[in-house]
Amino acid sequence: MTSSLLANLLTEPPGVAHYMTVGAVMFVCGAMCMATKRNALGVLMGIELVLNGANLNFIAFGSKYLDNGGPQLGLDGSLIALFVIVLAAAEAAVALAIALNFYNNHDSIDVDRADQLQG
Amino acid sequence: MDAIYWPSVFFLIFGALACGFALAVLLSANIVRMAFYLVLSLAATSGLFFLAGQEFVGAMQLLIYVGGTLVLLIFGVMLTSQERFVNMKTLAGDWVIGMIAGGALLSLLTAAAFSVPEWRGPERAAVENLPIEPNATPIGMGLLGARVDQIGAPADERAGMAGYLFPFEIVSVHLLVVLIGAAYLARAKRRSNPLPTG
Amino acid sequence: MASAINKLLDWMLSGLGLSVSADSAVGYIVAALIHITLIINLVAVGALVFIWLERKISGRIQDRLGPTRVGGKFGWLQTLADGLKLITKEDLMPDGADGFLFKIAPYVSFAASIAAFIAIPFAGGPYPWIAQHLNTGVFFVVAVLGLEVFGVILAGYSSASKWSLFGAMREAAQVVSYEVPLGMCAVVPVLIAGSMDMVVIGNQQAGLFTNWFIFHDPATFITFWVYLTCATASVNRAPFDLAEAESELVAGFHTEYSGLRWSFFFMAEYGSMLSVSILASVLFLGAWNGPIPVASMLGLTAANGDVPGYIGNLLGLLNVLFKGVVGVSVMIWIRWTLPRLRIDQVMATCLKYCTPIAAVMFLGAVVWQYNLPGRTFFGLLAAPQETFAVDEGWAALPTTTAEPAKPAMVERGAATSLAPRLAANQGRGN
Repeated sequence: MTSSLLANLLTEPPGVAHYMTVGAVMFVCGAMCMATKRNALGVLMGIELVLNGANLNFIAFGSKYLDNGGPQLGLDGSLIALFVIVLAAAEAAVALAIALNFYNNHDSIDVDRADQLQG
Repeated sequence: MDAIYWPSVFFLIFGALACGFALAVLLSANIVRMAFYLVLSLAATSGLFFLAGQEFVGAMQLLIYVGGTLVLLIFGVMLTSQERFVNMKTLAGDWVIGMIAGGALLSLLTAAAFSVPEWRGPERAAVENLPIEPNATPIGMGLLGARVDQIGAPADERAGMAGYLFPFEIVSVHLLVVLIGAAYLARAKRRSNPLPTG
Repeated sequence: MASAINKLLDWMLSGLGLSVSADSAVGYIVAALIHITLIINLVAVGALVFIWLERKISGRIQDRLGPTRVGGKFGWLQTLADGLKLITKEDLMPDGADGFLFKIAPYVSFAASIAAFIAIPFAGGPYPWIAQHLNTGVFFVVAVLGLEVFGVILAGYSSASKWSLFGAMREAAQVVSYEVPLGMCAVVPVLIAGSMDMVVIGNQQAGLFTNWFIFHDPATFITFWVYLTCATASVNRAPFDLAEAESELVAGFHTEYSGLRWSFFFMAEYGSMLSVSILASVLFLGAWNGPIPVASMLGLTAANGDVPGYIGNLLGLLNVLFKGVVGVSVMIWIRWTLPRLRIDQVMATCLKYCTPIAAVMFLGAVVWQYNLPGRTFFGLLAAPQETFAVDEGWAALPTTTAEPAKPAMVERGAATSLAPRLAANQGRGN
């Protein structure tokens, strides 16, 4: 099944599943970035990747060019994607301010050192 | 053999770029390189948005995400880029656990994506004859609370398809709050003396 | 265009016994290559001309002659000689530099600069000359113009030089700030035209120069000057060229660059100057329509056949390029006239002046459109109504299915259910 899918990719239109696969790769990369990076800004980049992976799914479900009779989001998909982009911008601004504050106070950007609340 | 369907080729190019640079973000240890790869990955994603017929969202992605958010991020990287923070190695144990969890999640998501037959992609003939409909105006009307795409729908189906005026207002106020909050958090510190000096 | 190329190929290869189908990929690839070649040549040749122009204008402003020798009269080959010199220069890279990013940064800048031209129309009418006709053209161009800053930031960081890093930081702060008023200014013509499609915006300004959006109402007139300020700042031209302030930062972000890579930065700068100027001309200055509609007076429109339409488009192309060159010249003139601002003054100009003015002008344009729809500044001539029909491509909405009575019904229902309760309350009160 997988081989026939790959062969069809050049001659048949991509579907929702293909977009979801790309989204899944971005999502997993982002989640692993959040888990493994020690630099606070690296964690922030992981969040951006996760949001984009999710956004790709909204776009795919909202697009009629990828539709094969399944349930469709229609315009809702692109509108939600817009809200995600806007909220991601807001989130990045606040997270960056927090990271810079942390850097100012602790002279470090290593998230492993943000452990003062452990007592 | 059928003729090559060109949007598929572009999908492969953009999809490979997006995935490849996302992987590069994950695997790179240098924070500035990571930011650069992230820019390319998100730009390739906006190419995918254009390909899905969502021009407005694609341009929005370029304008806000790539042009605004990431410049901000790189700004932060440069402000904190001292020698010892540029390359921060991840511990090997973290890598192993992360790879196991990530690989499991990825295989689960991919299998789920291809398990539904309706999601596997439309017939070529059905897509090629679709009219090209710009969706910037419907999106704008949707944000103003009028769903021009749903006007033809029966009244009972339309009940749950509200416009987005209220979320739009909430997001606007939220952005304002964030603007003020970020400016407050990141303001220049006046180092006050902890001890009162007579 | 692709099918025409395929037909041409079919005709040429038919002698060899080969045939090319009308939707063959060859035509699409050739069409794309032609577009890309034209755009790159426009940016590269444009940079050659603009650098020469900048030298001549700066020379004249400073009471000098500027280049006079290379290439005979006016020294018009001076830039080419410079280009030869730059190509033969040694390509230096500092020791502590991040090699990969250092090498790739100029190309990032250059790519972003030429990518904006993809969606810029050079002639309008029913058959516009545009590489890719985008429904959200204005938005796309503004978005892509903001990407040029990445090359600058990467260059500044990877050079491992304090001067470069300072220049890049200033550039990052400046460009992100100035994108806000720039976008607001670009929204005003979009609001009037009712479309983000640059071809639609340009076509609506057909006719006399009184139909240009700069003369549409007082708000757009002011918006144009705010746009010019913000555009100058967003392409890093003096008096906003803090990123390469020679007197403080040696040369700013390109301190460590030499040879061909350095010239890529310059081509990117002049390319984006041209694109913001053309964007200004499309948004405010009538795009491909001259002040007097000579082309349509002479019947050079697509309605009269292919050849007159082609000639009309050629005139439109000259118009667009002329307006673009005038815009660039104005920027050069400003550069050699005004002193450089300080970084805090740059930020104050953006946040305290440009953004509020742009916001107020946006409101002003809304009020004008609401109260005087279809009327322009001069008020004497109503704009031709047919050009104000928004051609978005989607079919007119079915009006019969809309049910305006629905909210009223809800209200009535609420009222009826409220009335007994009110009566009951009154009864209890009594």
